Amino acid sequence: MMLYLRLFAEFFCTGLFSIGGGLATIPFLQDIGQRTGWFTSHELANMIAISESTPGPMGVNMATYVGFTTAGIPGSIIATAGLITPSIAVIIIVASILRRFRDNKYVDAVFYGLRPASTGLIAAACWSVITISLLDIPGWQADGQLLTLFNWRCLLLAVAVFLLTRFKPTRKLHPVVWILLSAAAGVLFQL
Amino acid sequence: MNIYLDLFTTFFRTGACTFGGGYAMLPILQRDVVENKGWATDEELTDYFAIGQCTPGVIAVNTATFIGYKYKGILGGIAATLGIVCPSVIIITIIALFLRTFADLPAVAHAFSGIRACVCTLILNAALKIWKSALIDLPTALIFVAVFFLSVLWGLSPSILVIVSSIIGLGFKRARGWNT
Repeated sequence: MMLYLRLFAEFFCTGLFSIGGGLATIPFLQDIGQRTGWFTSHELANMIAISESTPGPMGVNMATYVGFTTAGIPGSIIATAGLITPSIAVIIIVASILRRFRDNKYVDAVFYGLRPASTGLIAAACWSVITISLLDIPGWQADGQLLTLFNWRCLLLAVAVFLLTRFKPTRKLHPVVWILLSAAAGVLFQL
Repeated sequence: MNIYLDLFTTFFRTGACTFGGGYAMLPILQRDVVENKGWATDEELTDYFAIGQCTPGVIAVNTATFIGYKYKGILGGIAATLGIVCPSVIIITIIALFLRTFADLPAVAHAFSGIRACVCTLILNAALKIWKSALIDLPTALIFVAVFFLSVLWGLSPSILVIVSSIIGLGFKRARGWNT
């Protein structure tokens, strides 16, 4: 029982203090591992690899995995519950304040600056996925050949998806269809 | 269908289909939540992502809570959030039980190279869809460019970028006398 409570408390703090997405939880998890001895940094590295290669938000995947390693199936549920409780509380407070002041000129002005910033961050996220999947920057720096800069087969797949999501007969297909087809293409062509 | 069940299942699907970080869920939310269900607009989705960046917790969870709350109050927020985390809990528990070497399987690595290439395009499409409503004049275009480069080149924290941009937006509006 004490273990469950501690697990909940540790992940509650991780959820409360990690700001800016799944990767932000990693330093907190390292700290938990060192203080409690629940898992080693080597185990944590494995958990990160699995969290990145399974569907779902990475922070939630990490909490589930760490919770499971520490205390089995109840542990995975308790750790996840701990992680998301602060989010739910904070977001409900923020959303209810926003609802009340929706037409306020200050709130409106804040969103005026916030929206392009959010779009900039989405573009930056897109760029970071491009650099790890479509480009081979270390290879290019090693030999300076423009041909090695691009990961041609992945680039071809990305361009194909781009064109097909604009092509009229296939435009309405759900994004998941493209994700599944791309996964199949990855296995088929050994990308 | 029961509204809460609808919220739960919609976000359950989103959670099960999101590969590779919070932003990968944006194209799926645009299709399911904005186009199919009409629970939020593209602009609101952009706002929620930005607020999710500078509030505590996982961005995907914050966004789910936001949409659920906006549509159906506190219970709606909880239903959406449980929906988005359930696939993770189920999948990770199964992998932890039976497939600890999952990430090392060659087929998984190949599938993920394919998925990542596809996610590049899907996120790009998502950004193209919202940029018209976000970049409406010169100051907003400058904020976009500055945030992109500060994030890519210097790796500045997204939460700081969002907060500073909001303050700059407030300053611009104030300087222009609150009109437009």
